[in-house]
Amino acid sequence: MSITLNHISKRFGNFAALDNINLEIPEGELVALLGPSGCGKTTLLRIIAGLEQADRGQVLLNGSDVTDQPVKNRQIGFVFQHYALFRHMTVFDNIAFGLRVKSRKERPSEAKIQEKVHALLNLVQLDWLADRFPDQLSGGQRQRIALARALAVEPSVLLLDEPFGALDASVRKDLRLWLRHLHHELNVTSIFVTHDQEEAMEVASQIVVLNHGKIEQKGSPSEIYDSPNNDFVSRFIGHTNVFQLEQGDSVWLAGAGISINDPKGIIAHVRPHNIQVEKPQDPANAPVYLKDWQHLGAIIRLELSKDGTNGKATTIFAEMPNEQFRELALNKGDRVSLHIKHAHWFN
Amino acid sequence: MNTVTATHAYQPKPIALNDAGWVRFGLIGTTLTIIGLFLILPLATVLIEAFSKGWTAYSDSLTHPDTLAAIRLTLLTAAVTVPLTTFFGICAAWAIARFEFRGKSLLITLIDLPFSVSPVIAGLIYVLVFGAQGWLGPWLSEYDLKIIFAVPGIILATLFVTFPFVARELIPLMQEMGHEEEEAALSLGASGWQTFFKVTLPNIKWGLLYGVLLCNARAMGEFGAVSVVSGHIRGLTNTLPLHVEITYNEYDFVGSFASASLLAGLAVVTLIVKTYLEWRQKQDRKAA
Repeated sequence: MSITLNHISKRFGNFAALDNINLEIPEGELVALLGPSGCGKTTLLRIIAGLEQADRGQVLLNGSDVTDQPVKNRQIGFVFQHYALFRHMTVFDNIAFGLRVKSRKERPSEAKIQEKVHALLNLVQLDWLADRFPDQLSGGQRQRIALARALAVEPSVLLLDEPFGALDASVRKDLRLWLRHLHHELNVTSIFVTHDQEEAMEVASQIVVLNHGKIEQKGSPSEIYDSPNNDFVSRFIGHTNVFQLEQGDSVWLAGAGISINDPKGIIAHVRPHNIQVEKPQDPANAPVYLKDWQHLGAIIRLELSKDGTNGKATTIFAEMPNEQFRELALNKGDRVSLHIKHAHWFN
Repeated sequence: MNTVTATHAYQPKPIALNDAGWVRFGLIGTTLTIIGLFLILPLATVLIEAFSKGWTAYSDSLTHPDTLAAIRLTLLTAAVTVPLTTFFGICAAWAIARFEFRGKSLLITLIDLPFSVSPVIAGLIYVLVFGAQGWLGPWLSEYDLKIIFAVPGIILATLFVTFPFVARELIPLMQEMGHEEEEAALSLGASGWQTFFKVTLPNIKWGLLYGVLLCNARAMGEFGAVSVVSGHIRGLTNTLPLHVEITYNEYDFVGSFASASLLAGLAVVTLIVKTYLEWRQKQDRKAA
């Protein structure tokens, strides 16, 4: 089911949680609502679900206006941040809940419910937990049961609020991949909220970056990463070096392979892996030296220091593969020359 | 959370908190003496006095028509007030825990009012409103409705006194519970009633029963407020606590203590059930 949001605004007192949000999500996408905490992403998700009412604007599911429809009429599945499993019910009863509360006419027979619940438990690979209570499960298991419960009513839209937020790092990694595969299998339009850019990049097919209740950018992970619209998106997605350029910077920029006539007032963002570090031909005149480095597994992060035009030193981060760093054979304090392969310019 | 509490339970007490033996025994001894003198001894006296003239005298005074009428009235009062207080308590707790609105803290204060007002004043309020010389007195007598010195007055006074019991118990419980589970139920297609009966109620049931129990004990045992509005008409408007007083004032000690023994029995049963409910609640909270 496609989702359309028209001019959604929501205030909490004086605080504008959402400000004129327009968004189109085609059927079958797996979308991440990404942004820092307090940017309104959870509020937006709850408005789509019908758990919250927008002050202005419309929510359309498959083209039909559901703005005034209550949650139960929207055919959505919602997975809560803390799972919200019914603690007094077994895993089985939790998953069966959505089927058992249906009106007598629509309710499947108990045998059908049994069959369906077990099929869902198999889908989330937890069939052996049917008789347990939620407090006997681990965080990752609860998450998957919450998902199975939401899927039981065959929703047309799946909404997940910080689905991996409360999990251990290793469990989170596994579940991300699993969610992506599950989405391939079911192909139900899904939106999840996250503040973790890595998670959004890894799981989603489309990312919507939110900040201060506004959409900053929408696009595929590579679009967002490779061509950020603005300063905020560039800073939020991945690491980046931020250079507030001044008059005198054109000299060293030219040295780094970039020519710009009047750099004053311009901000340059350079990803660490877009900076190539080399041994300088003329060490005496190289403005940058190696301050320190960190081992990040396959890559090395170099902490470089550049003498500023006004006497203040700037720290620059560069990243390169392990072997390359070994070949360069650099020591702390060595002068280096930089080559900037790619930069984003913002005013 | 389970593991945390489990390990915590096995942690030895810090040595710094280990008081000298005489302090420990002194404190325990004092507490036991006070409990013995002021709680156990009077309770024993009630039973001793009740049976002082033998079993027949005891059962005779309990089966006396006036005593039976008092028991009936007490049960009727509880049967009417407890469900009403429960209903009100759930409504109030729901409103306070689930919604944000202006005057919420005022409402909480008002719910607590009966706790801070002397029961006698509570009774007097109803006399001033519904009594023959009260605001609504003339109107009521015109339609021949009797509230003061009649059963409705007793029920009203008891309602006033027991008003906060269930609400007070449920408000913190429901606030702590949050509303995610209810939202989950709604998102799964449950109606408001289904959500209440299948999700909310099971989660608050032990706290609710606890509140109901205390409310019941108070409704059956209330003296002050009821005394003011009852008029002490034997066989008609006497509840059990009032009956105890009347018989005592008439030097019918066996009758008085026999009735008192019923109330004492109620207290003991209440205490046992209360302990059980507290234990269940703790179990539930541990599981959550």
